Amino acid sequence: MSDAADTPLLELRGVSKTFGAVQALDKVDLSVPAGKVTALVGDNGAGKSVTIKTISGLWAPSEGQILWQGKPVHIHSPNDAEALGITTIYQDLALCDNLDIVQNMFLGHEKLRFGLLDETAMELEARQTLADLHVTTVRSIRQPVASLSGGQRQSVAVAKAVMSAAKLVIMDEPTAALGVAQTREVLDLIKRLSSQGTAVMVVSHNLNDVFAVADQISVLYLGHLVAQGPASDFDTQIVVEFMTTGEASRPREQHAAASQSAGTGASAQ
Amino acid sequence: MTGTIDDPVASPKGTEEEGAKPAPGATSSSAIDSEQLVVLAPNVLADSVGDYFGAWWRRIKGGESGALPIIVGLIVICIFFEVQSSSFLTATNIVNLFVQAAFIILLGMAELYALILSEIDLSIGFVGAVGAAISLALIGSPQNWPWWLGIIVGMLACIVIGAFQGTIITRLKIPSFVVTLAGLLGWQGVLIYVFDVDKGAVGGVITVSNNIIDDLVSGNMTPWVGWIVLIVSVGLFGLVALTRTARRRSQGLTAPPVGVTIMMIGAVAVAGFVLVFVCNLNRGVLTTVEGVPWVIPFIVVVLAAQSFLLARTRLGRYIYAIGASPEAARRAGIHVSWIRTVAFALCSFTAGLAALVYASRLGSFSVGFDGGTYVLYAVAAAVIGGASLFGGHGKAIHPVLGGLVIATLTNGLALLNISTAGTDIATAAVLLVAVAVDSTLRRRGQSGTT
Repeated sequence: MSDAADTPLLELRGVSKTFGAVQALDKVDLSVPAGKVTALVGDNGAGKSVTIKTISGLWAPSEGQILWQGKPVHIHSPNDAEALGITTIYQDLALCDNLDIVQNMFLGHEKLRFGLLDETAMELEARQTLADLHVTTVRSIRQPVASLSGGQRQSVAVAKAVMSAAKLVIMDEPTAALGVAQTREVLDLIKRLSSQGTAVMVVSHNLNDVFAVADQISVLYLGHLVAQGPASDFDTQIVVEFMTTGEASRPREQHAAASQSAGTGASAQ
Repeated sequence: MTGTIDDPVASPKGTEEEGAKPAPGATSSSAIDSEQLVVLAPNVLADSVGDYFGAWWRRIKGGESGALPIIVGLIVICIFFEVQSSSFLTATNIVNLFVQAAFIILLGMAELYALILSEIDLSIGFVGAVGAAISLALIGSPQNWPWWLGIIVGMLACIVIGAFQGTIITRLKIPSFVVTLAGLLGWQGVLIYVFDVDKGAVGGVITVSNNIIDDLVSGNMTPWVGWIVLIVSVGLFGLVALTRTARRRSQGLTAPPVGVTIMMIGAVAVAGFVLVFVCNLNRGVLTTVEGVPWVIPFIVVVLAAQSFLLARTRLGRYIYAIGASPEAARRAGIHVSWIRTVAFALCSFTAGLAALVYASRLGSFSVGFDGGTYVLYAVAAAVIGGASLFGGHGKAIHPVLGGLVIATLTNGLALLNISTAGTDIATAAVLLVAVAVDSTLRRRGQSGTT
């Protein structure tokens, strides 16, 4: 493996963020490898949202450094993040209900022909992108987004990110509002996205979902990064322990073996 | 969920035709069933004309009725008045009706920009009046400017006023209701001031001294010119419609069947033929009066321009996007305040055109112009026609239909010798019924899709 391949796509070094007297993040060292799914987990108030908002440029870190492909960068605004190739999909998805799928996917980046909207070119490209992502449950890409299910809306938001040539897609609780089948749909989409070489960072509460898709897990606890490693090093129990107490009572291997023998193991691979 | 599942349009053939589904075996797991899909997008599944109309009918039943209820309503109202009064469907009265509707239609088109943005502009009555008064004052004596220069300056004044109000709304983040309410009062003051300053104004009235402005409403096209304009317009419309669907089909995208496009062009041609034919009948008593009033092609041009701007340009797309979700638009990198300001400027500009039509119809402009009431009629016209008060929805055709309904009521009730009081009450009732029908159908449509 070359050096470049070992360099994480995104790296946070000693990043802290304070709001007045409140220390929301304390010297977080987080790394996001390219082309993999990283899950960022933590209890309420652990600093997950602060972390992704820092990465996506809503505010600057109070301290520390952000490295993008090994080089230090300053992300001062969402536009800076987008220019680097970081797209964040918040829970509200930021879609316009009255516009159709194609219109939403190209919103703000419309293709023009003679100065006018080139609907044909946009529809062709949107169709191709959706096909590449195997988004097949949407029967017409000219239907308004208002008519889509939660999972389909999530798919449109992801396709929109792909279309903007994102290298890292951050998804905030992508499955929180979804039913079983739709959750499946979105998890498949996340896997497909990473198999196409796009890094995905998933922020989630739902450990079943996390173990279903994540290659790497990072656990935040009260603003500290308390654990980070390949998903195979964790299981549900140990993650819960990290999330709630900030430490694990036993070494990971032991823990994993114990829980596997107890029949509750959910660790991936 | 309502209705049945047996649906001819969603046959296997239909789904195979859909190029967007390359993955085999996946279509069966569609998260919405075919009934709902047809409701949402009738034109993308139909392969034949019959299928298309079947899908269209389902869509109406499902709550996406579009302009149909209002057209049906308009026909019902016309039949009612024709039964009640034999002078309703005469050439004189029909032309008169269009002339009466022109001002409210144009003012409704102006208001549409604000309504799509999920805003409201209460000031456009007086803003338009200020622009028209400036134009007339400059064209009339003692200034005697060329007519076109006077109009340009007057309309520029409207644009500047709209941009000014839009800037206050977006930069100071004051609700448009408040800013334009202030405008409603303030621009009336400015209007009075214009009349005070203009030496050509006599007793608070500026007379239209220019033939071209006067002819906008009072003048008629020579009958053969009317026919030529009709042929050229329908030809252009047909050309655009056919080339667009042909281009989509050549790229492997779905398009309505050719038969449907041709029928649509045919319908426009027939409607245009009837209109020109009626207008070309002699409706004079002592002398010959015939031909299409110039204001009708004027409205068609403004209608085409607005439709084009809203549907084919980035600006229009962004106006719809902001109306539905300003936050989504902002995150998509759209300069939201700039787009909103431009939309308010367009709103005021169109209002200026409306006020010119008003002046042309009366042959003069009075300081007593009731801009406050007209603005409410403009909102009513847009909403009766089908635009949404909640933003994000509305087309240029909506104020045209709504304005025609209002004018038909006013005109028909006057023929029946019903007082202004009765007319006001009837207009109010129609407004309520139109909005009630629309929101009921829409609710049914939504409950069917979730």
